[in-house]
Amino acid sequence: MLEIKNLHARIADDGTEIIRGLNLTVKAGEVAAIMGPNGSGKSTLSYILAGRDDYEVTEGDILYNGESILGLDPSERAAKGIFLAFQYPVEIPGVATMQFLKVAMNEQRKARGEDELKTPDFIRLVKEAAASLQIDPAMLKRPLNVGFSGGEKKRAEILQMKLLAPKLCVLDETDSGLDIDALKIVSDGVNALRAPDRAIIVITHYQRLLEHIVPDSVHVLYQGQVIKSGDKDLALDLEANGYAQIIEAAA
Amino acid sequence: MNMQTKPPRTAAEQALLDSFAEKVGQLPGDAKVTLARDRLLSAITETGLPTRRIESWHYTDLRNLLRGVPGKPSGAARAVAPLIRGAVVWPVVQGVAGNPAAPEGVDLSPFMDLLASGEAAGMLAARGSDDLIGQLNGAFAEDGYSFSVAAGQAVEEIIELQSVQSGGQVHNRFVANFGARASATVIERHVGDEGQIGLSSSISSLDLEDGAEVTWIILQGRGENDQHLGQLTARLGADATLKLYVINAGGKLVRQEVHVDVAGEGAHFDLRCVNLLAGDSHTDVTLTLGHAVPHTTSKEIIRNVVLGRARGVFQGQIRVAQAAQKTDAQMACNTLLLSDEGEFAAKPELEIFADDVICAHGATVIDIDHNHLFYLMARGITEKSARALLVNGFVDELIGELANEDLVEALETLIEQWLVDHG
Repeated sequence: MLEIKNLHARIADDGTEIIRGLNLTVKAGEVAAIMGPNGSGKSTLSYILAGRDDYEVTEGDILYNGESILGLDPSERAAKGIFLAFQYPVEIPGVATMQFLKVAMNEQRKARGEDELKTPDFIRLVKEAAASLQIDPAMLKRPLNVGFSGGEKKRAEILQMKLLAPKLCVLDETDSGLDIDALKIVSDGVNALRAPDRAIIVITHYQRLLEHIVPDSVHVLYQGQVIKSGDKDLALDLEANGYAQIIEAAA
Repeated sequence: MNMQTKPPRTAAEQALLDSFAEKVGQLPGDAKVTLARDRLLSAITETGLPTRRIESWHYTDLRNLLRGVPGKPSGAARAVAPLIRGAVVWPVVQGVAGNPAAPEGVDLSPFMDLLASGEAAGMLAARGSDDLIGQLNGAFAEDGYSFSVAAGQAVEEIIELQSVQSGGQVHNRFVANFGARASATVIERHVGDEGQIGLSSSISSLDLEDGAEVTWIILQGRGENDQHLGQLTARLGADATLKLYVINAGGKLVRQEVHVDVAGEGAHFDLRCVNLLAGDSHTDVTLTLGHAVPHTTSKEIIRNVVLGRARGVFQGQIRVAQAAQKTDAQMACNTLLLSDEGEFAAKPELEIFADDVICAHGATVIDIDHNHLFYLMARGITEKSARALLVNGFVDELIGELANEDLVEALETLIEQWLVDHG
């Protein structure tokens, strides 16, 4: 489903290279965890996948279902089924959450040549999805993410993911800022989305999240490269021994 | 020795004088009204149209900006459907009021009747030598409405004052008296079309007696060749509340003045202004606000969206008299500048003579937030739609404060449509 080949990318403004020859393959149905120390390029990778124009790819390619997505803008990538759950979802005053959800769902449907959702169907879908994530309906009446607690923002991200039903989900440190109960709700939400035709990339610092969302593969990112890949035991190993050993072995 | 010479008359100035000469016999009014009109016109003749040298017109040099003074309106125009279903429409079509029914507890008469009887003579006075709108409208006012809401009356229906114009010259006057503890919502709507050049002036004079609660919405949607000069004056009695909305979404040259006198203790004034500016239009909102007595509050928020080569102006003057202790006055002017060629000038002015007050003003100019745009696009919303959502959100915050949901929806739709048409 996703094939990243020898990817090099830098910050467009100042040319700082962040991703330096990254290779990664994620198959449909797979849950891949990406771990790595601070500054290893994890969040940058998620932004590049989503198409943020603050970064420019200088070499290599990103293939999604066999096609390069480098020429697509973020909305085109999203319409093709790529979803980024933000580490820091932005607050947008003045844009009502419900209105945002409706526009997003309908624009994606339109891009795929489907009919727009009828309002009653839309409301029913949102209500069901919100209930499963224990989201208070009053929250949806507020402007997008405005005044949401950290946990509410993360739950709202998963709500969007559920409603948009993407094929490739990238979760950027979804566990940060969550207490144990919220972590459980969010993880259950993600697990419910596991499907044979869907891939999920979980970016995290900690093994903790991976106890709830059990990955099929674990990849260690360091200085913009994947330096080691393994199964879920690799995460346990990292938790016990830290990154130093692996970094040393890769050097 | 320097001789002060008067600049030659511009074509627009000459055309104004000509049209007065042409109309003078037909304008309604008794001898007192006629005298008042003559005085106001001679003031214009004497000083000419205001230029940037007149402080209150510094950013709107009317002498250079006023292009074309048309004659009587000749195009066909008719009243349009009200903004809100169920609203009571009081139409003024091509400058002429009708004879509509009024809701219970509301006394209504065409302004022309007040001119004819001479009752209006005292209302035809300028606020000062720089009050061109008062002079012009007073000299030419033909019709409009005068109404009063009985004390204690809560008017359920929304009243829509609807001025419809298709080119030509139109001068309206609305006089509204709200009795003690009366409440009402009034939409003052100016409709135009994209045909020939129009020139309109419109003055609304509001008097809120003690405890009256009024929501007044000025919705200016004149045509792209139209020149509109509006003025609203209001006096607020004790514990009265005026929530004034000004929405500018049309016109080539627009000046809307707001002059409010917060005269009674416990009174509150709110201004929410949305300026949607596009093309090569020029739009000026000028506020003077006086807090005369202790314990009064006011809050003004002005949000501007500037596209194309449009220019906008906001002048906001708050005066707090020495006696007006415990005044709380807040003013903010925020501009979303979406074009390199557009411009907006904000001029806040505080004159505070009391020492125990809270007064603040701020002005910001921003572009679309890059992070916001990326977030929306990452959800599959195209760049064009995402921008429209954000621009809409910027002004929608103000509209959302209105209590009436139908009104919120109607205004949101109107703003969305404007953005679709101009974005």
